[in-house]
Parts: sequence; C-alpha cells; structure tokens
Amino acid sequence: MTDALIIDSGGANLASLQYAFARLGAATRVSAEPDVIAAARRVILPGVGSAADAMRRLRAAGLIGVLTGLTQPLLGICLGMQLLFEHSAEGDVECLGILPQRVYRLQPSPARPVPHMGWNYLQTAKVDPLLEGLGALPYFYFVHGYAAPVGPFTLAPVEYGEPFSAVVRRANFWGVQFHPERSAAAGARVLANFLSL
Amino acid sequence: MFYDITASPEGRSVDRGWVQRVARVLDIPFCVAGGIRTVADAEAVLNAGAEKISINSPALADPDLIDALSRRFGAQCVVVGIDSQRTPEGYRAYQFTGDPTRSRHSGRDVLEWVREAQARGAGEIVLNCMGSDGVRNGYDIEQLCAVRAVCHVPLVASGGAGASEHFAAVFTAARVDAALAASVFHTGAIAIPGLKRALRSAGIEVRL
Repeated sequence: MTDALIIDSGGANLASLQYAFARLGAATRVSAEPDVIAAARRVILPGVGSAADAMRRLRAAGLIGVLTGLTQPLLGICLGMQLLFEHSAEGDVECLGILPQRVYRLQPSPARPVPHMGWNYLQTAKVDPLLEGLGALPYFYFVHGYAAPVGPFTLAPVEYGEPFSAVVRRANFWGVQFHPERSAAAGARVLANFLSL
Repeated sequence: MFYDITASPEGRSVDRGWVQRVARVLDIPFCVAGGIRTVADAEAVLNAGAEKISINSPALADPDLIDALSRRFGAQCVVVGIDSQRTPEGYRAYQFTGDPTRSRHSGRDVLEWVREAQARGAGEIVLNCMGSDGVRNGYDIEQLCAVRAVCHVPLVASGGAGASEHFAAVFTAARVDAALAASVFHTGAIAIPGLKRALRSAGIEVRL
C-alpha cells in the first residue's frame, strides 16, 4: 500500500522528497496518471520550476479537475502550495483556485535579498494536525521568489521583511511554502503528521 | 554544499551515485557543484537528490548556461560560484581553481560578473575569496562588502574562516546571508553547535 502518491509534475527534484518519506519508513509512488492520483490514500503536489510551466504540465496531463476534486489529504509543497491559489504573478497564470487570493512576487530590498533562501521560524500557528508536536518557534527551510498573502486559510504566517503564508489549509488541501524534506527534524515531523492524516 | 573541485579541470561531471547516497541521509539543504555544463547535467544531479546546483567554471565558459538553467529550474535552484582574486586592476574571476596547474584568470571583473550573473538568472552567489582561502585569518570583508553592494540575491561568503569571531564579523560587517567554511569543520577546529550559539549571542539570527 502506498502511503503517499507524489504527483509527477514534470519538474526535476522529486528524489529528495522520496528520500525524506523513505527515512520515515513510508512507501511513495510517483505518477501523473489521473486514475492513480484519484485513488491514492494521500497526495503530494511538489513543485520546482515556474508556476506557468507547472500549470501547463498539469493541464496537459489532464489533472486540473482531478486535483480540485480530491477529497483525500493533499499537501502542496513550495510551488505546489502556490498552485492551490487562484492566480500566480509568476508567468501571470490562473492556478487551481482551491484557495482565494493571488501569489505575488517578493520585492528585494537591501536587507532582504530575493529569492528568499534560508531558515525562518514560525512565530504563531493555528492548532492543526499537520503542525502537531513542533514545539515553540520551529525553524523551516525556505527557497522561493514568490509568496502567498496571509488570508483566511493561513494556518501559520512567516516573516521575511513582511508576513506571508508559510502553511495554509482549506478542508483536505494543505500547503507549505517551506521544504519539509530539507527542514531537518521539524520538517520530518510535518511529513510524519501528514502521513497520519 | 558539495564541491567536486577537480570535475571541471578534469573535464567530467560530479558523480551522481555519490549525490544520491548523500541525499538519502541528508535532511538539510543540499547544493552540488562540479562540472555541470548542460541542463541535462543539472537535471541528473537534481534527480539524484540535490536541490540546488552551483556552477563556476562552466558559467564563465558559457554564460548562457545560467539563463538556461534558471529558465528550466527557477532562479532559486541556480547558484553561481566565483573564485575571486585581488589584482592591482581589481577583483578578477578565476577558472579551474580545483587544479593549481590549470587554474587561470578568466578575464572577467568580479563585480561585473556578479551583476551579469544576476541579470541572467542566478539566484545565489557564493564568493570564494582566494586570497584568504585556507589561511584562516578571517573572511575578506572589504571584498565581500564591495560584492554585497551590487548583489541583490543571497550572498554566501567563502574563504578564510578560522575562528568563531570571523563568522560574526562577516555577518555583521559584510551583511552576507550565509558564511561557508570547510576545513575548520572537517578538522573539528570549530564545533558547529558552539559556533551557532556564539553567533546567536552576538545577535545574529541562526537556527540552533
């Protein structure tokens, strides 16, 4: 039985995610087939590359309706989280529209280079099974040039010059802006929590 | 950060099997460098489990490689490493520094190269100051300040770390985003947990 299905969104870099699940003893499978994804116990929407490219690949694979219709737990990671929103400024593209609001480009400043790369901690978080057991001020690793605003579906904001969404949830759709597979023990805990959803 | 420093001078690419073995056990950011000359080389390294790739000599030989990698994988994935030497004419970028017999001046001014690399889509710059590398007398703060002034993407200082104070100084004075060191960690001369605590008590934000 596969614990989590990782959507093959055509980008590279699924290996680090697969290894992170393997370290937790979880079995993963990578697929872009609509039937396989629809039948999965849990679904991961990863993302490397640009929003416009990723949406084009999801559309070409016939996955838009499949993804928005899922009722099992889904976790979007980094770009995968941003794709859950209605629109992204990265390539000016309509996204999945599961969450309202639009993803915008981070503006660099002297004290705030973009892309944002580094470890930041979550100051506050709503109570949620995905975020259980993290302790106070858990650090996560972020690598991104675009961000989603804080909104009604934000579980935890993070501060990098300005606040934006680090963790979001709407019903069975979760998203994290950081890379749990590269966030040491805190990241492993988030993935383990996802596996128990 | 894994550097296969002899890959470029030897005309080969970093060993993918090695990248994979490290990636299986590593749960922190993993950047790999060494003879990545094409989008396909980069894809193979990323598929082996790296999440960023760094290019140095190949970018000097073919600057369009930066654009191609950035378009394909996003700027956040593309690190440009620069081996910089002070010369009477200014800071100059060197190529093939992994092999002293092949190391040579690329003809490029470092500040110009940093500007160009960013314009082409580099998402991070690692500046290795060759004059201070391996000497353990501290980072080249003057040079890093000059690069910081033109670098709007994350800047990583490299070369010269010998004591905890050197790290604190480079973060404070040159406002770099990260400081890289190798030998002092490999030999155990500086223990990482103690260094992180020292940085935090110096008011520098760091994950303990």
